[in-house]
Amino acid sequence: MPAYLDFEKPIAELEEQLDQAKQIEEKGKVDASQTIAELKKKITKTKKEIYNNLTAWQKVQVSRHPERPYTLDYIETMTNGDFLELHGDRNVRDDKAIVGGFGNVSGRTLMIIGQQKGINTKMRQYRNFGMANPEGYRKALRLMHLANKFNKPIVTLIDTPGAYPGIEAEERGQGEAIARNLKEMFEIEVPIITVIVGEGASGGALGIGIGDRVFMLENTWYSVISPESCSSILWRSWDHKEEAAEALKLTATDMLGNKLIDFIIKEPPGGAHSNKPEIIRRVKKEILASIEELEQLSSEERIQQRIDKYCAMGVYNE
Amino acid sequence: MSWFKRIKKGITTPTKEKKETPDGLWFKSPSGNIIESSELKKNHYVVPSDGFHKRIGSAEYFEILFDDNEFEELNANMTSADPLNFSDTKKYKDRLEATRKKTNLKDAVRTAHGKVNGEDLVVAAMDFAFIGGSMGSVVGEKLARAIDYSLNNKIPIMIISKSGGARMMEAAFSLMQLAKTSAKLSLLGKAKVPYISYITDPTTGGVTASFAMLGDINMAEPGALIGFAGPRVIRETIKADLPEGFQTSEFLLEKGFVDFIVDRRNLKEKMTQVLRMFKN
Repeated sequence: MPAYLDFEKPIAELEEQLDQAKQIEEKGKVDASQTIAELKKKITKTKKEIYNNLTAWQKVQVSRHPERPYTLDYIETMTNGDFLELHGDRNVRDDKAIVGGFGNVSGRTLMIIGQQKGINTKMRQYRNFGMANPEGYRKALRLMHLANKFNKPIVTLIDTPGAYPGIEAEERGQGEAIARNLKEMFEIEVPIITVIVGEGASGGALGIGIGDRVFMLENTWYSVISPESCSSILWRSWDHKEEAAEALKLTATDMLGNKLIDFIIKEPPGGAHSNKPEIIRRVKKEILASIEELEQLSSEERIQQRIDKYCAMGVYNE
Repeated sequence: MSWFKRIKKGITTPTKEKKETPDGLWFKSPSGNIIESSELKKNHYVVPSDGFHKRIGSAEYFEILFDDNEFEELNANMTSADPLNFSDTKKYKDRLEATRKKTNLKDAVRTAHGKVNGEDLVVAAMDFAFIGGSMGSVVGEKLARAIDYSLNNKIPIMIISKSGGARMMEAAFSLMQLAKTSAKLSLLGKAKVPYISYITDPTTGGVTASFAMLGDINMAEPGALIGFAGPRVIRETIKADLPEGFQTSEFLLEKGFVDFIVDRRNLKEKMTQVLRMFKN
């Protein structure tokens, strides 16, 4: 049984009708092909209608859709299974909320790193819901230095509700780990491509997100705080999450409009989860094209442009 | 024992004859020690009997650090815009306006160049009174320019952090200030100009996750709350009480994230020593 979000109800109903029509055709040997074709058409149309008019909060919901492709789905498909996962920060332990390693993407070795959410209850706990501890950020940095040493471009895939707020995380320096990544990612000589594939929550996202090119998938969000937490702090209640989502201007369109990201990757009608191979194909294509473009520059030029890009962000009066 | 008996009931002194202690004459520390305000100031706003460090702002830090309180302020007139036209229970524009009036500050950080016992130093000091010392575009840009200034003139920089983190009303713009300040510190580091981070009460969120933790030397004020996630968030997440002394300066020293703790009363002398170590 596929999962549907509340606003996807019309799609769910049509899909159900389609299933029934198919069953009737199979069992009763009645020709329902015309009905089926019409229903399929109608589903595509409804999906387009709904997905072209999503509110900010609805996009946040889509970004968290349980069937949305996660980092390892992208890695598996983009590398066709030719992926060498590397574990551990060489200090404390291996953080399961961040995965990384060398992958063969169309004949090129890339270092791919990203937050990973779990696919079921057990795995969600195992992955700590995609919320990394300091050792996760330190593993990511270790792998980036490894890639830098052997001149392999870096791809980071972001999907996190935030860095983990726990006692051990604080004891091991969550703030320091993220801060160090931010600084040292400005010193990495190879190209860095960042793609927000799901949730991009605050420092936990930015901690692996300093890129020469930063992409957001169409139905993702990226901001300083989640709409729920923003609502609880500013309105002192969880009930204003929809308003908070609007106010934060956290959608891909807003982020591009404010020049805080570089590009949007369109999702298939019905969202990334409705056609996984297609969205992964698009992401792969953009990554490879960006790397090719960035490799035209010297490492000094790349670093300078990376620094200049982030230093231009901000609006103030003087 | 009739002299114990209350004859008249209730308070009989009329309000207009009530004698009140004028505000601001005395200061009481959390452990109950009382000190006269003028004494407190002479003591760099530290209560002598228990060492409690009262929160102070940029003006006080500049006065403590700079010789004869002489300094040149950098980018003093930069103010926040409202790029997202943000509104929660109050419009961000109105909040800014009201805060400016109340605090007489332009935003949550002031940056200045002066001399500390004769040695040049750029100091950036955050003001918690301005929307919780939160970092939006202005804080990020003023720090970026102070770092540039420090880099171009080869003068060490000290950033005094005191902030609840990124400013929510500028959302992703605020988030990107973490990247901006870190980028500038990377350049400063390559140029081998010393950066001293002084972390004071409280420093959390995006400020901890960027420049506060990136000093060549990280120093902390005694007893300060320093962390990434705020204590309330952690308590709600783990659904348990936090250990005593968790996320204090002393805790961070023990865990290895600050080099040492500096009592504010020794701040100027300690900074002089630090600058001398880099110079000679």
